[in-house]
Amino acid sequence: MKRNGFINDLIKYRAILLMLTPAVLFFLLFAYVPMAGIIIAFKHYDYAGGIFGSAWNGLDNFRFFFESGDAWRITRNTALYNIAFIVVNNVLQIFTAILLFEVGGKWFRKITQSILFLPYFISWVVVGAIAYNLLNFDIGTVNSILRGIGMEPIDIYNTPAYWPYILTIVSAWKMLGYGTVMYLAAITSIDTEMYEAAEIDGANVFQRILKVTIPNLYPTVIILVLLAVGNIFRGDFGMFYNMIGNNGVLFSSTDVIDTFVFRSLITSNDIGMSAAAGVFQSVLGFTAIMLVNYSVRRYDKDRALF
Amino acid sequence: MSGTEFETKPVRSAQRDRQLLSVIGYISLSVLAALCILPFILILSSSLSEESTIVTKGYQFFPSAFSFEPYKILFQYPEQIIRAYSVTLAVTAIGTALGLFLTAMTAYCLSRRDFKWRNQFSFFFFFTTLFSGGLVPWYLLVVNYLHMKDTILALILPLLLNVFYIIVMKSFMSNIPEAIVESAKIDGAGDFLIFLRLILPLSKPALATIGLFLALGYWNDWYNALLFVSDEKLMPLQYYLYKMLGNMDGMRKAMMGSGAVVTNVLPTEGLKMAMTVVASGPILVAYPFIQKYFVKGLTIGAVKG
Repeated sequence: MKRNGFINDLIKYRAILLMLTPAVLFFLLFAYVPMAGIIIAFKHYDYAGGIFGSAWNGLDNFRFFFESGDAWRITRNTALYNIAFIVVNNVLQIFTAILLFEVGGKWFRKITQSILFLPYFISWVVVGAIAYNLLNFDIGTVNSILRGIGMEPIDIYNTPAYWPYILTIVSAWKMLGYGTVMYLAAITSIDTEMYEAAEIDGANVFQRILKVTIPNLYPTVIILVLLAVGNIFRGDFGMFYNMIGNNGVLFSSTDVIDTFVFRSLITSNDIGMSAAAGVFQSVLGFTAIMLVNYSVRRYDKDRALF
Repeated sequence: MSGTEFETKPVRSAQRDRQLLSVIGYISLSVLAALCILPFILILSSSLSEESTIVTKGYQFFPSAFSFEPYKILFQYPEQIIRAYSVTLAVTAIGTALGLFLTAMTAYCLSRRDFKWRNQFSFFFFFTTLFSGGLVPWYLLVVNYLHMKDTILALILPLLLNVFYIIVMKSFMSNIPEAIVESAKIDGAGDFLIFLRLILPLSKPALATIGLFLALGYWNDWYNALLFVSDEKLMPLQYYLYKMLGNMDGMRKAMMGSGAVVTNVLPTEGLKMAMTVVASGPILVAYPFIQKYFVKGLTIGAVKG
């Protein structure tokens, strides 16, 4: 009886199931098969044996990864960078969105928004080129200006201490337009009656922004921030790799899990440890997302991811 | 008397507050906008500067000595650039068309309320955003098992389907009235035909937005080339630029390979900036026309979750 029902359903939904097949196969192959491939983190990889034929070596790869001292450094860097990006980007985006909403005619608003969104559209390679143009020791614009006003040029590409600031600025620069659009949409959807009520109560614009606009943005802020917190252990490889590349001098302050995994795999060909670091990252990331989802559910059930 | 004073004072101060906010707003927004656009001007100006002035004075916002030399050299033997452009155009066109079609088809199935297993399938897709095997197994799969290294598939397949785009598309399609599907079914149309003839045309705004996001992703992709491409014939534009920025010697060799007579006085620094302009030019030219679709798309996603 039950089996019949299942077969009937298969027949009933055959067209839909057929239409789903390409995507199902795609994610099976490119997402689920690699998940099974996690076993190489527990193996001593050799090319002849491949993923399944190589010999097991227990937790050796993990031990090596944690004892190398890299694990703590790259995990700390990844998390701290993401926290800095979350705070700076969101504050700047909200500030910009509120000003865009409050100030200016239609044209000023349109043109400004377009310009702010521009950096989002270029590749990280181009951002890397811009950084090189600005920060290069001999011919970089920053140092040209410093020399022009009689100051000593600074060797930015050899000084790790500058990079947390530089990377935070670059992230803010690239994502400003994107986030501003999100927050502007949220501000635009605030009920105008609330503004009118505030005006009747004698609130000035600043009070209105503080007491009406910002509180009404809380749901959006919390969701966007929590989603970002869920990704706190994922470094933006494109950004770090194009800004820093293989410049080892800067690794102490700029190496994140993703760049470390990439280098271990491609440059030093240490497949076992690289896979172990990847698994470590995936487990951390999964835990972070689960915790975040739990918090969102407690805050507002409808907005939880699952 | 005191009554009127009491009434006009808040009005006047409210106006002053408005003006103050306007001043703050115009200044802050103008500064931010300037910071967003100045780097592009700097790149353009640097690409048009004499190499000798770059070396002595550094990159400048306004070239003190104009020179088209970098562009001349870049296009003297343009085979490599044309090839990189062709790879990028082909990958972007094929990937966007195929990816958009598959995204829409998948999203449609998940948006059908009468489909019994839609939640199970949704979770099957969604779970891949929560957990992954990491770079290494994926890389080994593509290189050692699928043997896609140095094939165009390695540039197309990794970006083909994205769960986030499927979700956005699904929430758009969920708003199409079910009655439309029902009446078509009564007329005897099959599910695929309904999708093709009814749902796709009704989803044009979402298709435009997701299509542009996909196209932007393909156009700006260099990562898959970094991982999977060593054959110069398969280098897409952004990866070619990446190579050139990091390795002028390699660039020299590539140009010699294409028959260019390369001397040691190659305007290296100007060339890097000229290549940056060439690689990002089309995006910046198309940008004012396509930007509004991105804004619309983000707003759909933001409101519907």
